[in-house]
Amino acid sequence: MSALESDPDGLRDDSQEGVFSVVRQPVRHDSAVKHVTGQAIYIDDMREPEGTLHVAPGFCRQIARGRFTAVDLDPVRAFPGVVTVLTAADVPGVNDCSPSIGGDPIFSEGVVEFWGQVVFAVVATTRDAARRAATLARFEVVTETPAITVADARAADIHVLPEYRFGRGDVEAVLADSPKRLDGRMVIGGQEHFYLEGQIAFALPGEDGDMHVHSSTQHPTEVQHLVAKALAVPDAAVTAEVRRMGGGFGGKESQASQWAVIAALAAAKTRRPCKLRLDRDDDMVMTGKRHDDVAEFAVGYDADGRVTATRMDFYARCGYSADLSLGVNDRTMFHADNAYFYPAVRILSQRLKTNTVSNTAFRGFGGPQGVLAAERMMDAIAVETGLDPLEVRKRNIYGPDRDVTPYGMKVEDNVLPEIIAELERTSDYAARRAEVKAFNSRNRILKKGLAFTPLKFGISFTLVHLNQAGALVHVYTDGSVHLNHGGTEMGQGLNTKVAQVVAEEFGLTLDRVKITATTTGKVPNTAPTAASSGTDINGMAAQIACRQIKARLVAFVANEFGTPEDQIAFRDGQVIIGNGSVPFTEVVKKAFIARIQLSSAGYYKTPKITWNRDRAEGRPFLYFAYGAACSEVTIDTMTGEMKVDRVDILHDVGKSLNPAIDIGQIEGGFVQGMGWVTTEELWWDDKGRLRTHAPSTYKIPCASDVPDAFNVALYDSPGNREITIFRSKAVGEPPLMLAASVFSAVFDAVASLKPGVIPPLDAPATPEAIMRAVTAMRRAEV
Amino acid sequence: MRDSVRFIRQGRVVELKSFGPTETLLDHLRLTERACGTKEGCNEGDCGACTVAVGTHEDGKVVYRPVNACILFVGQLDGKEIVTVEDIAGSGGLHPVQQAMVDHHGSQCGFCTPGIVMSLFALYQDAGRATPPPRAVIDEWLSGNLCRCTGYRPIVEAARTALSAPPDDMFTRSAEATGGVLQFLADAEDVFVGTDQRFFAAPRSVEALAALYERHPDATLVAGATDVGLWITKQFRPVEKVIHLGRVDGLDRIEDVGPAVIIGATATYEAATDALAGIDPDIGAVVRRIGSRQVRASGTIGGNIANGSPIGDTPPMLIALGATLELVSAKANRAVPLEDFFIAYGRQDRQPGEFVAGVLVPKLKAGQVFRAYKISKRFDQDISAVMGAFLFTLADGVITEARIAFGGLAGTPKRAAAVEARLIGVAPGSAAAWSPAMEAFAEDFQPLTDMRASAHYRLETARALLGKALLETAGAPTTRTRVIGQREARQEGAHVGA
Repeated sequence: MSALESDPDGLRDDSQEGVFSVVRQPVRHDSAVKHVTGQAIYIDDMREPEGTLHVAPGFCRQIARGRFTAVDLDPVRAFPGVVTVLTAADVPGVNDCSPSIGGDPIFSEGVVEFWGQVVFAVVATTRDAARRAATLARFEVVTETPAITVADARAADIHVLPEYRFGRGDVEAVLADSPKRLDGRMVIGGQEHFYLEGQIAFALPGEDGDMHVHSSTQHPTEVQHLVAKALAVPDAAVTAEVRRMGGGFGGKESQASQWAVIAALAAAKTRRPCKLRLDRDDDMVMTGKRHDDVAEFAVGYDADGRVTATRMDFYARCGYSADLSLGVNDRTMFHADNAYFYPAVRILSQRLKTNTVSNTAFRGFGGPQGVLAAERMMDAIAVETGLDPLEVRKRNIYGPDRDVTPYGMKVEDNVLPEIIAELERTSDYAARRAEVKAFNSRNRILKKGLAFTPLKFGISFTLVHLNQAGALVHVYTDGSVHLNHGGTEMGQGLNTKVAQVVAEEFGLTLDRVKITATTTGKVPNTAPTAASSGTDINGMAAQIACRQIKARLVAFVANEFGTPEDQIAFRDGQVIIGNGSVPFTEVVKKAFIARIQLSSAGYYKTPKITWNRDRAEGRPFLYFAYGAACSEVTIDTMTGEMKVDRVDILHDVGKSLNPAIDIGQIEGGFVQGMGWVTTEELWWDDKGRLRTHAPSTYKIPCASDVPDAFNVALYDSPGNREITIFRSKAVGEPPLMLAASVFSAVFDAVASLKPGVIPPLDAPATPEAIMRAVTAMRRAEV
Repeated sequence: MRDSVRFIRQGRVVELKSFGPTETLLDHLRLTERACGTKEGCNEGDCGACTVAVGTHEDGKVVYRPVNACILFVGQLDGKEIVTVEDIAGSGGLHPVQQAMVDHHGSQCGFCTPGIVMSLFALYQDAGRATPPPRAVIDEWLSGNLCRCTGYRPIVEAARTALSAPPDDMFTRSAEATGGVLQFLADAEDVFVGTDQRFFAAPRSVEALAALYERHPDATLVAGATDVGLWITKQFRPVEKVIHLGRVDGLDRIEDVGPAVIIGATATYEAATDALAGIDPDIGAVVRRIGSRQVRASGTIGGNIANGSPIGDTPPMLIALGATLELVSAKANRAVPLEDFFIAYGRQDRQPGEFVAGVLVPKLKAGQVFRAYKISKRFDQDISAVMGAFLFTLADGVITEARIAFGGLAGTPKRAAAVEARLIGVAPGSAAAWSPAMEAFAEDFQPLTDMRASAHYRLETARALLGKALLETAGAPTTRTRVIGQREARQEGAHVGA
């Protein structure tokens, strides 16, 4: 077939308009009914086998940095119900659970690098006993002065990874020659994931040293490998499984492993099923968060507000170990342009080591910090030039002959001009700008701000080898389909979307496709479900598996009925054969009798990506996702209180696989980003103890923080320019960064106090941060 | 004396004779019943994943309220009906709330969903609600349910759909029978489960309470357990003797005695809201921002006072109003001005065996202006960084008396005596005359820096709130002075709360 010849990967071009019955439909989440009735089973809801034990981690509560010279665990062991206590000495294999270069001990062996670092784990007959006993250890310690803040780490010049930089042109020379120049600095706060289901793992020992681990993880393969490494057994002896997570957001990419490993160690030692579910406070203290950054920049621009050159430096608080900080901070750099063309540019990132929990993946994976800095640059230029901030943004956006990113990739699929034009119209930006000005001239205490920010987000893992996926599809002789793939379901609707793909391929209704738990026993060597890639790569792998089975069925049917292969199709539960049709169920029965294999493993690797980090060249992304948001806020300049009044969003998901799920990702991602830049503040005391370790002190958005005027629409896309699954685009992470519009709107409101002065607003814009900026404005000389 | 607690589960009366005095309802559901639909998200009453509905019989009706099962002790459910997410779908399919959540894509990861469904279920049962209620009411009922996935928009839409008709489900249809059983369960017996060393008790009368507390002055008094619950789930404090106040007759009274309102110690925030809002709408606005619907359904004004927290929201308002505390023991009754009850951080003027019976809150007199402001990072369900309450008595356009109290600025809720003194004779509208009072803040308060705010912000904001109160007293419309809680909106009838 000619299609196959021109398409060696077996991927037909789906951009042509077909008639689709399952994909591109607003199908509800496969577990929706189970969610609302309490029937969806999360790991802690599984029936516990007789004899199940419960595990709780313990740590040295006295210090954030130093050493313990003695540990007295006797009071722990003596607590009623305690079966055993695990320490580093109980690790038969390697005492490390790092996702990257090491440095993350499962149990500390004497060095304390952050407050909350696990030293031991209690195994007890009840969860309550384990948790209580875990507080009873006594330590003799040597205290060292911790480095807590970015400033501490910069002063001490300590890093978890080497500095990295890329760019082009003679930035300093262009800056020196620029008609205008400004320098800026902002603090960009971190963020706790606050998945509603805390970290949990349940390990069941088998024969021959086998271990089956149910883990709430985005990365079952890594859990499998780390458990095997700790137990000193082959990877093949360990199975990691996850049916669903109660939220992940990046917080269960690498951070789920330690608990799975400890549960498995306990199960191996006691030969009993062992469950470890972190208490919320322990979870927030012991697991990593979004990196916080100090961003410093110098930008040259012309009288029209166009950037001529920029130098952007990011100083990231990485915590005590490398974890995923390399990729995260690289992505900060990849998004320091957001949607803007910098003719001459140099971007630098320092990965600072602090005595705080190791920061990790979080929706956007470093990208949001880059985007926020880029938007601050635009806002600052607008203040200095007196131009409308949207006008400055439009003048700097990528366009013809201004289309190469700081890392050398050409922007070929830019749809921002259309998106911006449409949202500018639907949000009524110009009229509202006038209204905001009028409001501010009438009001002394309350001030409004309005901001419109675009977004461009690169899709693919920047670590190239992760861009691969597998799926396993079985067709049974009753025509029902068993679907398995390497991606994990954390609420994002991945399983629903992949099932839609499979149902579409076979021409079946969705109820004929059985979604099954992700397990390393069915699809091995998988990438984490991360980088927004879940549907892109697993959907493709599943489609390939389906097409392999279909190809066998088509050949069989063609032979059986004497019909040319190109006149055979799968639709409406039937196999269309020329002018006639046979039910799919009958075809598969006949195929089975004829000894045709009705099962297939699909495998996909993302094409075109060629990024070479050492040389800082090549193409890191298959494509970009785009969007824009317009937000309006009101601030109280006496107290710093702030309310979001209205939000309008237009976002590009290509041809949506499922508009309902995509809208949900956009709205949810935006609100999560809004929390990041407004109410969500992480606060460590001077001893290095995180004091915002529960929802009583760490405030994610609640219902009343979301304005009733919250208008979200999908960009009417002709489809992804690249060959992706039914021409859709990834949607998991990008919308979070649309919340930069809220932060810029607060900036705009504060800026109204004194035209020409750049407000020194830091993120998150808490009431106190807003008041700091307001006070600085009042004191500033124009 | 009854040696068990009894409640309704799935249409049947369950009798528990053996349970820990501090065993939580959530552990009872998940570990004992193995009914795992109800989730644990935070184990401190802040996320709402564990929300269940509790039915009680009041004024001839069965009323359902959302509560946080994670910090409620199972013994507190005596005489009530417990409804969980597993219980509300009838044989005819999903409950209207569940169906709307499905239809509007209101769940993503699904972990908060059972709690959200149960909060909306409780609102659904409210016969007095609008069809559908305004957004502000839906927000208020969802304020204790955190969702990290959806951004709430589809949940709000689901609420609007499900609540667009009056309640009509198997619970409304069986309300009469349920009410009958609840009345039967509300017997006159004192409850005592356990031994003299370890027990859960729920006396029925003030006298029985006083006698029991005299015998066990080391017992922990529990009203709503929204604070004590955390002693157990987070601090692992050994609490072996629990005296639950929820069954004590008359302790929950709310009485209008003409110049004042009496709020009984076990009157919940929710029950007391209207009476307090009747004194001034600002009090209602602040009370509606305390905790969440779940917390306000359990937590009590008496508990908010008795626990002596420096960051409780009601004490500053009550102190500014000149409230008096009624303390009772087996030996004597006495009244204490509320401001004198708070001696120091963690220390109150309460003798062994003595308990808070109620608080007498004077109403505003002619010429008095009251203002209250709660400042927090998040508007709903957050603890104040600064809580300021102001009562000005004016004559001839100047202040003749000022009572000002703050939370969050000291180890206790505290009056701003020096500031008050410098306001006498000041005309609220003349900003130039404010400075002596503004400068006096440093005499009254040396606040601390913590995760909620810095000392500097706290003090500056306290000053700003005084300025705001004075501006508003001078006539500034709050549409120009506040981003939320505007008094004009409330007076136009945008009543928040069903």
